[in-house]
Amino acid sequence: MNPAVLTGEHFMTGDVACAEGALAAGCRFFGGYPITPATEIAEHISARMPEVGGTFIQMEDEIAAMASVIGGSCAGVKSMTATSGPGFSLMMENIGLAICTETPCVVANVQRAGPSTGLPTQGAQGDMLQARWGSHGHYEIIALAPSSPQETFYQTIRAFNLSETYRMPVLIMTDEMVGHLSERVVIPKAKTIKSVSRPRPKGRKDRFKPFEPGPNGVPPMAIAGEGYNIHVTGLTHDEMGYPDMTVEAQDKMMARLVGKVRRNLDDIISTEGYRLEDAEIVIVSYGVSARTSLAAVEEARDQGIKAGLLKLNTVWPFPEDQIRRLSERVKGFVTVEINLGQIHLEVERCACGKVPALLAGHPGGTIIPPDQVIETLKEGF
Amino acid sequence: MVAETTRPQEVMRSGHSACPGCGVAMGMRMVLRALGTRSVVVMVPSCVSIISGPYPNAALNVPVFHSAFEVAAPTAAGISNAFKVQGIDDIPVLAFAGDGGTFDIGLQSLSGAADRNDDFIYVCMDNEAYMNTGIQVSSATPRFAWTSTSPRGNTRRKKQIMEIMAAHRIPYAATACIGFPDDLEKKVERAKEVRGTRFLHLLSPCPTGWKMAEHMAPKSAVAAVETNIFPLYEIVDGVQYTITHISKGLPVETYLSLQGRYEHLGAEEIRSIQSEADRTWADLHKKDR
Repeated sequence: MNPAVLTGEHFMTGDVACAEGALAAGCRFFGGYPITPATEIAEHISARMPEVGGTFIQMEDEIAAMASVIGGSCAGVKSMTATSGPGFSLMMENIGLAICTETPCVVANVQRAGPSTGLPTQGAQGDMLQARWGSHGHYEIIALAPSSPQETFYQTIRAFNLSETYRMPVLIMTDEMVGHLSERVVIPKAKTIKSVSRPRPKGRKDRFKPFEPGPNGVPPMAIAGEGYNIHVTGLTHDEMGYPDMTVEAQDKMMARLVGKVRRNLDDIISTEGYRLEDAEIVIVSYGVSARTSLAAVEEARDQGIKAGLLKLNTVWPFPEDQIRRLSERVKGFVTVEINLGQIHLEVERCACGKVPALLAGHPGGTIIPPDQVIETLKEGF
Repeated sequence: MVAETTRPQEVMRSGHSACPGCGVAMGMRMVLRALGTRSVVVMVPSCVSIISGPYPNAALNVPVFHSAFEVAAPTAAGISNAFKVQGIDDIPVLAFAGDGGTFDIGLQSLSGAADRNDDFIYVCMDNEAYMNTGIQVSSATPRFAWTSTSPRGNTRRKKQIMEIMAAHRIPYAATACIGFPDDLEKKVERAKEVRGTRFLHLLSPCPTGWKMAEHMAPKSAVAAVETNIFPLYEIVDGVQYTITHISKGLPVETYLSLQGRYEHLGAEEIRSIQSEADRTWADLHKKDR
């Protein structure tokens, strides 16, 4: 039996499921730093890594944790870290470095209420726009949002696969409620788990261009030590990896970095619909709030309101087209999230004023009660 | 009446929110008593920031600034510089940070402040792991000690923070611990007398994280000193070492056997800890001229 895949039925928290998902996906390096409510991921993986021949290192802060993960991935090992609000802020510069150097890696943010120290032991979904725009410069990012420990397990595997496919950091934007929730998690047989590894260069080593894109816009990634020249830089660079301080080089590099996400939206974006077929009001939600929303849909239907749920498994890139298409035929949207309106802004943008887009939110500390969603539905429509 | 005139004025009040028997809470009380009520305290995420309690149910009877994890020293530097700008020179600024906030995430900013010799007293409340988040290893965790992220025992040695601070040639640095309150308070007094960056490394046993009974914090602190695991000394200007307590040189088992975090140790590990303690003490004696 593969010790990295604990095939069977378990009762585990979202944090532990994240750690097990990482191991099942082939993660063998974890640079960690304790922070509530993400600490359990590091704790669990610190005991599990030696069993699968991997390495867990506790770093001196989140800057170092994120940097070590980039280094680990550059050296050819699937790598990840996990954190929460303040640590996520400290990781931002290096997340940008991973974007620019096209280094696959996974970062889990078990969200707690901010700003600053906020409510360290209580959940929120207030880092969703930070996930999108937190590092400087303009870029695309991939962020997933699991709603349960079971989903956390699978989405962590998916995060690794996406990061390896597109050579970029992928964020798992979970929350304290899901992270600390204990539920049934079924881990399948190892051979049924699809594991993707980064494209590798083939052909002559003396003609290797480290940033020459493959068919999906992603360049094959050489590993330090296998003979291909490697020069990794956060400076604007050309296909050879040479720094090029021109407007043209910036334009070309950015077109590719942004394009590899924008041209592969169908592969990256994952959503689930619930009772959307005849829905007049669409609730848009993700993470723990999608569970609240499910209860709200049932309650609304009982009261004669034709509500449906669009659950975002991928939050970034945002499913713009889906919202646009829905806005042609529904009466409105309600975004349910534990903040004061972040993904709500995206829904509002994509609804384009055709139908109203409302928010059922609060700044964090607990879930959004289904009653609050119902109230918003009734007041707004 | 006699008792009233001799009892020192407490800055830290009862009703703090530490675990029972907390060594950090005892240390804070001693440090603050020596500091006095005319002072400003900076603290960063650590057991200290929990222990001091949520305002207004706060245990500290002085102005408190809760800053971010990695910036205890520069926050204190900002405050003391602003006092200077306003002509205030009689209010000491004291920064509390834990071992994680000092040895790990805050080391860069502490080094910067010490390099500039910014004017504050920095007190590292060292309970030898991230106790606040549930006992994760830090670079202040001793070798072989169990923590939740060193489940088979810590493989690294404890970072020599005093040597790092001495290398900055700051005017005053000292070790202290709650097992020797007079020594501790004397060192706070001395720190108050000088200006510039002053550093206290305060060993603060944690019954929760060290897996001890609740009454064991002071006893284990005494044992740490008497076994040369944690000698008491001070360093003036980074070079002038003075040992402030001649230890009994007890075998290290006296200290280790008090704590559940060491219960997995074999004879070889204990020998290794013993030889390290012997060397620390011998090295210190050479420096103490």
